[in-house]
Amino acid sequence: MAKYQLNVNGERREVSVDPSTPLLWVLREDLKMTGTKFGCGISACGACTVHVAGVATRSCVLPIALLGERPVVTIEAVAQDPVGRAVQDAWVEKDVVQCGYCQSGQIMSAVALLKHTPKPTDTNIDESMGGNVCRCATYVRIREAVRAAAQKLK
Amino acid sequence: MTNSKTKVEAPRPDRRSFLRATATAAGGLLVSLYLNNAATAQEGVKPEQIPPQPKKEYPPDAFVRVTPDNKVVIQVNRLEFGQGVQTALPLILADELDADWSQVVAELAPAADVYKDPLFGIQMVGGSGSIAHSYQQYRELGAKTRAMLVAAAAARWNVAPDKCRTASSVVHGPAGQSLKYGELAAAAARQPVPKTVRLKEPSEFKLIGKKVKRLDSRAKCDGSLKFGIDLDLPGMLVAVVARPPVWGAKVKRFDDRAARAVEGVREVFEIPVTRGGTGVAVVADKFWPAKRARDLLKIEWDDAGVERADSAKLFEQYRQLARRAGLSAAARGDAKAIERVAPADLLVAEYEFPYLPHAPMEPLNTTVRFDGDAAEVWAGSQFQTLDHAAVAEVLSLKPERVTFHTEMAGGGFGRRAVPDSHVQRESAAIAKRFKGTPVKLVWSREDDIRGGYYRPMHVHRVEIGVGRDGLPDAWRHVVVGQSILAGTPFAMMMKDGVDNSAVEGVNDTHYAVPNFNVSVHHPQVNVPVLWWRSVGHTHSAFVMETLIEELATRAKMDPIAYRRRLIRPEPEAKKLLSALDLMDEKSAGWRNRLPKGHAVGFACHESFGTGVACAAEVSIRNKRPLIHRVTVAVNCGLAVNPLTVESQFQAGVGFGLSQLMAGGAITLKDGVVEQRNFDTYVPPYMPDAPVAVDVHIVPSADAPTGCGEPPVPVISPAIVNALTKLTGKRYRTLPLVAV
Repeated sequence: MAKYQLNVNGERREVSVDPSTPLLWVLREDLKMTGTKFGCGISACGACTVHVAGVATRSCVLPIALLGERPVVTIEAVAQDPVGRAVQDAWVEKDVVQCGYCQSGQIMSAVALLKHTPKPTDTNIDESMGGNVCRCATYVRIREAVRAAAQKLK
Repeated sequence: MTNSKTKVEAPRPDRRSFLRATATAAGGLLVSLYLNNAATAQEGVKPEQIPPQPKKEYPPDAFVRVTPDNKVVIQVNRLEFGQGVQTALPLILADELDADWSQVVAELAPAADVYKDPLFGIQMVGGSGSIAHSYQQYRELGAKTRAMLVAAAAARWNVAPDKCRTASSVVHGPAGQSLKYGELAAAAARQPVPKTVRLKEPSEFKLIGKKVKRLDSRAKCDGSLKFGIDLDLPGMLVAVVARPPVWGAKVKRFDDRAARAVEGVREVFEIPVTRGGTGVAVVADKFWPAKRARDLLKIEWDDAGVERADSAKLFEQYRQLARRAGLSAAARGDAKAIERVAPADLLVAEYEFPYLPHAPMEPLNTTVRFDGDAAEVWAGSQFQTLDHAAVAEVLSLKPERVTFHTEMAGGGFGRRAVPDSHVQRESAAIAKRFKGTPVKLVWSREDDIRGGYYRPMHVHRVEIGVGRDGLPDAWRHVVVGQSILAGTPFAMMMKDGVDNSAVEGVNDTHYAVPNFNVSVHHPQVNVPVLWWRSVGHTHSAFVMETLIEELATRAKMDPIAYRRRLIRPEPEAKKLLSALDLMDEKSAGWRNRLPKGHAVGFACHESFGTGVACAAEVSIRNKRPLIHRVTVAVNCGLAVNPLTVESQFQAGVGFGLSQLMAGGAITLKDGVVEQRNFDTYVPPYMPDAPVAVDVHIVPSADAPTGCGEPPVPVISPAIVNALTKLTGKRYRTLPLVAV
């Protein structure tokens, strides 16, 4: 066990965990923030996507020991940012979700995309969202919602 | 699940069931429909076993609660796992209740007899039956609750109830009086429950038939919604299990010294797992230490006498079996006609389909707390009745001592409808060791991908004799595949050894073939199998619709016109034909102006009482199909929530593409599953899915039929039919490794 000082959603948090513990499990089990989901554990599905220093990151393969000082933003706080809010609203407006389990990760990927590429092309969308599995396959509406959010943020 | 073409009438409450109203402690109105019928009181009773009822089948129980602050809390008697039932059933009830939709709260009901599916006789989701079976039930509940609120208001105002009207959770009196439902709740609870009630005419619907957004959207977008795997109870422990590499193998010995040394690990012990095997459970205070410890276990397995299934060998065996007739699943006309067909008029086709995993996004999990003389369970279950009973059995408790909460589930596609309840049994066996402490069992993705309960692998061999008119005159069809029902409590649904779920979509085809013969072999294989969204139609529609398009090409006929000509002109084919017509109309604009290198493929198929037709525009990029556009037309009777119907079809065709993905298969080598996670079993990602899907609903006032499964069967054959136009090749083996 080792102690780690984290910056999660703008708050200082301290956890005492094994250094190998992925950020995902620290969020879910130590900080009780279950909005970030466990899907595969090998960064193949994107359900665990969070922002680490502004970069969309698969938290299931990031050992807590390697996080360092970098701030973490999760689905629980992404709406505090105008882009995050716009993306969530677009998701609700377009009635995107079905089972909804992957959508935290989808939204975090979409927010990261729009922060760096405010006017994404379909190729940009495919590239940025192409690592997030939605087993219900709500991809048509995810695309629509990303476009709608981009439109609203113009 | 099976009998998917059985025409179901909207069930009505049985005479012996009655509504009972009680005042809740909070002063609200609780309306419950209590069943008083011995037939459904038993576990696992199937529809065909229920004695004929004076008023057909009756619904299970359900209740609605009006709170003093004017909220309407509606219990949903089904699991919500994406299909939208948590919105659809409340909207049906709320419409008849004239409730203010913005004040409606939906809750997933726990396991209880009163929530059993009226037709299946157990509490479950399956067979795309949620709306079809509960439409009438939820309407009547809404209308009766409304009548009680009106009666309470009328009594207070001393006017006749029929002088009152209702809108948006308010009762209005003849002199302009008005009272909110919340204000009437306590008084309404003392009103008698009306025996009969007038239901709305379709013209009076305010919610039914309108595009209504999901109730669970916001909570699924901000991380606040709790799925089963998110459950966190005080003192809760987390368990993972090391399962044998081959089903049925047992632990011979294990060394857990390294595992126990992991900080946070509480206990390591052997438990029974599915198919008579055993495994090693690791229980820790959290998931990560449990998983780390499991990786450190050294287990020696005893697999003596355990069959080691092997996909390549099975396909070889299946192909041999397919060359001779199996158990008869359909026989019309002259069975020998096919043998008289001249070689030039004979089309022979052999298809191969692999095992498929469901791989729902939320890994399987169940939490159990065993308190000695009682227990509590939390599970995202499609089969509450069976899973509830299984936990009670493992814990040696009477079912009434086990409280079973239905948790929101992250997908399922059939994987949470498991007749042997193996996940809940494991979970109960583990919790039994920790009296008073809740233990959450979590399956990792590897456990899920390698864990069995797959769509069975199949071989189809079809011989078709083509007549002078280009239409099939003789058709001999042999299907080989494990039975899903055999060896389960549902085996009673098999007839003369035939599991209809292997041949549905073939033996009940709407295509007219004078001499038609279907038979099936059900080999026994040491691989647990299960229904995968749309069950037999996953493979049968692929076979039928690629062959029909091939026959049309051979006859040099338009594939849509060919289908129209071949579909029997009978009332039962109305839904399929109307969907075909609508698809034809809606795709005509684009499909006749395709860019170079693009082709269109078609498919139409009826499943679960819903007729579907689709046209797909496809090109080829990097030896993979690139799907530009899909037009889908659907006849599902009355579309209760057209927005959900549209979503189910838009996304459901994407799910259906799973079986075309190059890495979209489970294969076994010497008994062991070769895939392990999403790196080796690869589901569709965004670039694999259609860019656009337009969905068109045939206007209908017929009883509603399902939309969960019917999107899946049509997409794969439509894509492959387009590919064939581009490459000239036939694709009869799935997955589609290279185009």
